[in-house]
Amino acid sequence: MATSTEPTTSTGADLATDVLAVARAQVLDRGEGLDEQQVLDVLRLPDDRLAELLGLAHEVRMRWCGPDVEVEGIVSVKTGGCPEDCHFCSQSGRFESPVRSVWLDIPGLVEAAKQTAATGATEFCIVAAVRGPDARLMSQVRAGIEAIRAEPDTADINIACSLGMLTPEQVDELAAMGVHRYNHNLETARSHFGSVVTTHSWQERAETLRMVREAGMEVCCGGIVGMGESVEQRAEFAAQLAALEPDEVPMNFLIPQPGTPYEDYEVLAGPEALKTVAAFRLALPRTVLRFAGGRELTLGDLGAEQGMLGGINAIIVGNYLTNLGRPAQADLDMLTDLHMPIKALSQTL
Amino acid sequence: MDTYCTRCGRPTGEGDHAACRARAAYGPPRYCPECARRMIVQVSPSGWSARCSAHGEVADEAGGGTAREPV
Repeated sequence: MATSTEPTTSTGADLATDVLAVARAQVLDRGEGLDEQQVLDVLRLPDDRLAELLGLAHEVRMRWCGPDVEVEGIVSVKTGGCPEDCHFCSQSGRFESPVRSVWLDIPGLVEAAKQTAATGATEFCIVAAVRGPDARLMSQVRAGIEAIRAEPDTADINIACSLGMLTPEQVDELAAMGVHRYNHNLETARSHFGSVVTTHSWQERAETLRMVREAGMEVCCGGIVGMGESVEQRAEFAAQLAALEPDEVPMNFLIPQPGTPYEDYEVLAGPEALKTVAAFRLALPRTVLRFAGGRELTLGDLGAEQGMLGGINAIIVGNYLTNLGRPAQADLDMLTDLHMPIKALSQTL
Repeated sequence: MDTYCTRCGRPTGEGDHAACRARAAYGPPRYCPECARRMIVQVSPSGWSARCSAHGEVADEAGGGTAREPV
């Protein structure tokens, strides 16, 4: 029987030391994200406190980001044949993956942008499986952006790019093309990165992000959960992302891809994924936190709704780069049911 | 019935394809059902297209633009 006279939460936890009670004052009231140790404490909460955690993360999101949901579509302009060895990726040319190399032509790129715009999305991201762009890819991206801008249906959509590691000149070129946000995921905690990728370093990726910010583009940087990292490394990653102050953090959950070193990895358990979502929100109270690849497999329909009510405020709708997502309309219907308005283009300008 | 599994490329009459069926929910076909060649697949936000060099293209809904061989 408890004998303490200290104030407690509804679940009996001590208000002075319980991490969610601390988070309520620190993150919800003051807007200060949790540090690494605090995130770890959150990730170690028992599953019977998951609903309480998600509720707090949702309150934080509503208070510091608002009710709008940022919707994005993505397409691969250059698929497969990548020289890097990211162990999660079916597009690496180093693995016996069934994914073959292919380039998307300009009409296909414009069509993908139209499909994205038709969902009400404000963001369209052009992605390539490369170490970094060469002159041909930069030329393709430039022509694609010009063609998208020339179409009435897509003229105003925000265009983001994810083309790997950049040179200073390429950063400036993309900024001059009007790319408003650049995605380059750090993927995982720095201490775990060497287990995931051996052909380049975490620091090389961070350097591209530094240049992107200096050039005035928004920084989009997230990763993949479920790649064999420890809970401690998840907390480390959240803290490292928070230190970077990204404008957007896409959260992916590993889809074990045939032929890759991770093909036999277990899919992350739903409660663990949701706990990670909420913990990242508490570390990043003001950041766009986006549901990205793997949510369908890891969380299913119900889990996706729980995530939207647990800190997420952005989604990729429709298909991904090499994997299929839910039909875009299913996600749009979900947002309607949750009374979450889609962020309008006018709000992003 | 397909001769080859579009997910793993093995004959559909051999082995267990339960994992392949599960994968079909979130991945487009990768192997030609007639000859098991790896297909060139382009995924777009609302569809996909998959082309076998011997048996042509199949596509879902809006399709994925025009996928072509790398130069």
